[in-house]
Formats: sequence, C-alpha cells, structure tokens
Amino acid sequence: MPTPEGGIVGQRRWYYPALAAPGIVWLLLLFIMPFYAIAAVAFGGRDAIFAQPIPAWNPLEWQFDTFSATASELLTSGGLQAQFLRTLTYVALSVVICLVVGYPVAYYIARYGGRLKILLLTLMIAPFWMSYLMRMLAWVNLLAVKPGDPGLFNRLLLLTPFLHDPINWSSGTVSNLTVVLGLVYGYIPFFILPLYAALDRIDKSQLEASRDMGASPASTFWRVTLPLSKQGILAGAVIITLPMFGDYYTPNLMTASPENTMMGNAIDLALQGQGQQQKGAALTLLLSAFIAALMIYYLVSVSRAAKEAQR
Amino acid sequence: MTTAEATLPREAVSPRVGRLRSFFSNPWGKPRFLSVWTWLYIIWTIAPVVIAVQFSFNSGRSRSTFQGFSTQWYEAIWNSASDSFDDTLLPALMQSLKLALLTMPIATALGVGLAIGLARWRGRGAGAANFLMLFPLVTPEIVMGVSMFLIFSNLYHFRLGTTAQLLGHVTFSLSYVVIVTRGRLFAIGRDYEDAAMDLGASPADALRRVLLPLLAPAILSSFFIVFAISIDDFVISQFLCAQGCVTIPIKIYSAARNAGNPSLNALATIMMMLSLLSITVALLILRRFNRRHGTGRSAVEDLARFEI
Repeated sequence: MPTPEGGIVGQRRWYYPALAAPGIVWLLLLFIMPFYAIAAVAFGGRDAIFAQPIPAWNPLEWQFDTFSATASELLTSGGLQAQFLRTLTYVALSVVICLVVGYPVAYYIARYGGRLKILLLTLMIAPFWMSYLMRMLAWVNLLAVKPGDPGLFNRLLLLTPFLHDPINWSSGTVSNLTVVLGLVYGYIPFFILPLYAALDRIDKSQLEASRDMGASPASTFWRVTLPLSKQGILAGAVIITLPMFGDYYTPNLMTASPENTMMGNAIDLALQGQGQQQKGAALTLLLSAFIAALMIYYLVSVSRAAKEAQR
Repeated sequence: MTTAEATLPREAVSPRVGRLRSFFSNPWGKPRFLSVWTWLYIIWTIAPVVIAVQFSFNSGRSRSTFQGFSTQWYEAIWNSASDSFDDTLLPALMQSLKLALLTMPIATALGVGLAIGLARWRGRGAGAANFLMLFPLVTPEIVMGVSMFLIFSNLYHFRLGTTAQLLGHVTFSLSYVVIVTRGRLFAIGRDYEDAAMDLGASPADALRRVLLPLLAPAILSSFFIVFAISIDDFVISQFLCAQGCVTIPIKIYSAARNAGNPSLNALATIMMMLSLLSITVALLILRRFNRRHGTGRSAVEDLARFEI
C-alpha cells in the first residue's frame, strides 16, 4: 500500500499519542500514583501525637517496621492470621462450588443452547447488570429471621422433609455457609461467562472425531472437552478470585458477624480507624502482592498453553 | 441404554421412577439433566431479586409475607407527607444519578481518545499504555479504593466527597470504554481513514468526518455502559465518601441489616431498573450496528464472548 509522504506521516506521529494523552495522564495520576501512595504510607512514618501517617514519597526514606510488624502478624497465629486463613477457605470453597454448579450450565448453553441460546445468555448475563448490593439485599431479606417469622428461605426449607426447625443463618457454624452462599451467588456469573466463551470456541469437529474413533460420550468429555476448556476454567477462577480476596461487604451484609470477617474487613476497619492507616496500607500491599502472584501464575499458564497449541 | 439402567435391577424401579429416568437419559434428545440444571440455576440467580422487587410493592412492613400491592414504599422516598417518609433515601438516589451522569461524558471522552490513540499509534509507548489500560480491570476494587483514599487524603489534599467519588468513578470506567471502542475500531479497520487521508484529509479531518461517525454506536453504547457501572459501584464510592455523599449502594450497605424497611427495596429496585435500562439501550445500539457491519452474531453473544 502506498504511504503518503512527508507531511501526513509527520503529522500522524504526534496526533495519535496526543489523542491518547489525556487518558494516559489520568491513569497515571489517579491509578498509578495512588498505588504508589499505598507504598508511601505503608513504608512512611507516623505522627506521634495525632497518629496520622506521614507518607515517605522518597523510596530512600522508606522504613519497614510497620510493614514487617503487619507481615509477622499474618505469619503468627492470631486474629489477623485467622482472618487470612478464613479468607482462603471461603474463596477456595466458593471457586469449587462455582465450578460444580457453573460448568454444567456453561456447557449446556454452549453445546445445546440452540434456539434458546440468546434467551439463556441474556438471563445468564442479567445478574451482571444488577448491582451486587441489590443482589445481596435480596438474600438478606430471604434469610432474615425475626421472632415469629422464620424468613422466606427457612419457610421454603421447612416444606421439605430435611428441616424441622428454622435455621438462624447469621450465627454459629452455619454463618460460614451463609457467607460462602453469598460469595457464590455474587460471583458465579463472572465465572460462567469466560467458561462459556471457552466452551463455545471448541470446534465441534474435534468432538465428532473423538466419537468416530470410538470414544464414549463420557470419555470424549474427560479427554477432549474438559482439557480444551481448562483455560476457561482458569480464567473464570482468576476473575472471581481477585475481587473475592478484597471482599468485605459480602460477609458484613450476609451475617455481620465478627466470626465471618475476611481480609477485606481488616483493611476496611484499619482505614476507618484513627491511627491505623499505615497498617491498612501495609495489609493492602500484602494483599496486592498475593493477588499479583496469582495473576502471574495465571499469565504463565496461559502463555504455556498458547505455546503448546502452536506446537 | 445407559450403564445406570443396566446395573439397577429392573424390579426395583417403579413405573414413575422409570418414566422419570427415561426422561433424563433419552440418548437421542438434549441432555435433560443439563437442561433442568441450567433452568434451576437461572431460577436461583433471578428469583431472589424478583422477590426483593415484589416486596418493594408490599403494603405492609414485612419482607417475608406479601400483604397486598401498594406503592407506599416508593412514595416514602420522595413524598415528605407520607407516613413512612425517610429523608435519607432521595439524597442517595440523587447522589447516584449525579455521579453517573457526570461520569458518563468524562469517561467516554477520555476512553474514546485513549482507544483511538492506542489503536493507531505505532510508537514505543503504545504497548506500555495498552498494558496500563488493562490494570484497572483486574485490580480488586478495594485496592483501588484504598489507594485513592490514601492519595486524596495525603498528597492531593482533596476533601473526600462528590469530586473525589467522581474522579474514582471515571478511573474505573475508563477501561470499559476503551474495550468497547477498541473492539469496534478493529471491526472498522483502517481502510476508510486511509482512503480519506489519501484524498487529502488531515488526520484530524479523517477522525472527525470519517472515524467518529463510524464509531458513533460504540461511543453511544459506552455512554450507557458507563452509566450502569457507575450507578452500581459501591466500594470506591464508599472509600471516597466522607459526608453528604451517600449513594444508593452505600445506603443499602448501611441499612440492609436494620429492621426491615421495604423503602430500601424500592430504592434498590429503582437503581436496578436504571442500570438494566441503560444496558438494554447499549445492547440495542450495538445490535443495530452489528447488523450493518458486523459478524452476524447478536450483541448478547458478543458480550458473552468478551468480544465487545
């Protein structure tokens, strides 16, 4: 293709960067700089009287006592470590439940959606566009137990032969289940979508080939479909894991019990409290590092899969 | 046919169970188990919300027994003469609307510029900027909220409130605009612009008279998508709010567990209707556009495949 000479090329050189510039500056000032501020506060000093943080903007002045105190609090048994382990348990359980519940749904819509595909997809995507808080409110209503009123969900369960007494969903061991239910309910649409996308991309002729070679439907699923959708499962798991690790509103809304708090609650609490900003910043950094490690693992596995596909 | 049938002794199966099983294991039809599972899943995701909406129309205070239809909980939001009037609800609605309406033009303008710039700019910085743009999408909201809270209170010396919230909302919606716009940019290709410039148009003319009109549907739908995600946002709004800036999600968060007041359901219903409406509009615009230029798939399918 002939390229226009001189003027236009010269003009183009600055024109497009200039279009992108306001957005880039915005992200630098309001996304990258704030991120740096977490480090500056976490590694900064503290006003002795008002306990206000004195951020250290120069990395040479960083001091690590608050940070290492927070990190060692995570490593020794205590409230913070319990919260961290609880967060891990909740997230792991939620991801497993999302997989068990979500895989058949994604599989069905991708393979057998047929004429109903658009309708099913619309219904599947609908929760995306309802506020998370609205969806949690719905469950708070359903699970609310008041004297003389066991709540709608209990009433439904009492109709079945499995339950004889109404359950108080927000205390005791059950409260853990309530929070996991809330997390699964909140995040499962985000898990199903990338999974659906992966399943939908699978070339049907590969499945037919497997059947033609004599594989049973079950072994076609285990040896062809499942490996081909592995990246979708991983993508879905990463997409829901990232926000779940920072979640504090789900446990607060579902049970409001200190027995169910997660890492996010520790951060939220530290930032609200006076003189705790530094600790909150240190916790946020630790959480970010953890999440970044997960992300890197995911990206490495994606690029490895891409390389294998090329071979 | 299936192994399950072969292993079960025939006499143990009552005719009803047998019929049920043949309904599920008919090897020629669709897999019934999967279809039942999928519909149960959909009911499970939608029903609680439908029930919450239903109770916003309850004539009593209960959130578990429907006592009859009434709109009193909606009146409680704006009618100060109403018995159950709550003067914190309308300000929350207004704050949410204000933020969403202000975020729309700013985020869309910045995002469209960023998308076009990044797609056409072949310099060294483009790759880095592309990478930078993706980060807000994968950063947990709590991290963004904390980081902005800390920088506003320690460096920019901004009073937390509406302005801080607006800056936050624009920051996280920017990336969505870029993704929507970039998808369309690739679909359009460079030919139209190149043709315009071969005929002597400057890049600015080509942008204004060729590219922007072609991009109009993507820009419009970004507008509505930004509205929907801004009005639904909770974490960033909460971290950047000091006083007098309670949005609907913040209000729901702080009041949901208090003794039931269906006005909260009414407020949540209004918010949900607003965001569903704006998303529907966005999808309709994208669909019209697809029919003329596109892949033949529906916009819902594109959205589901992350190919917006």
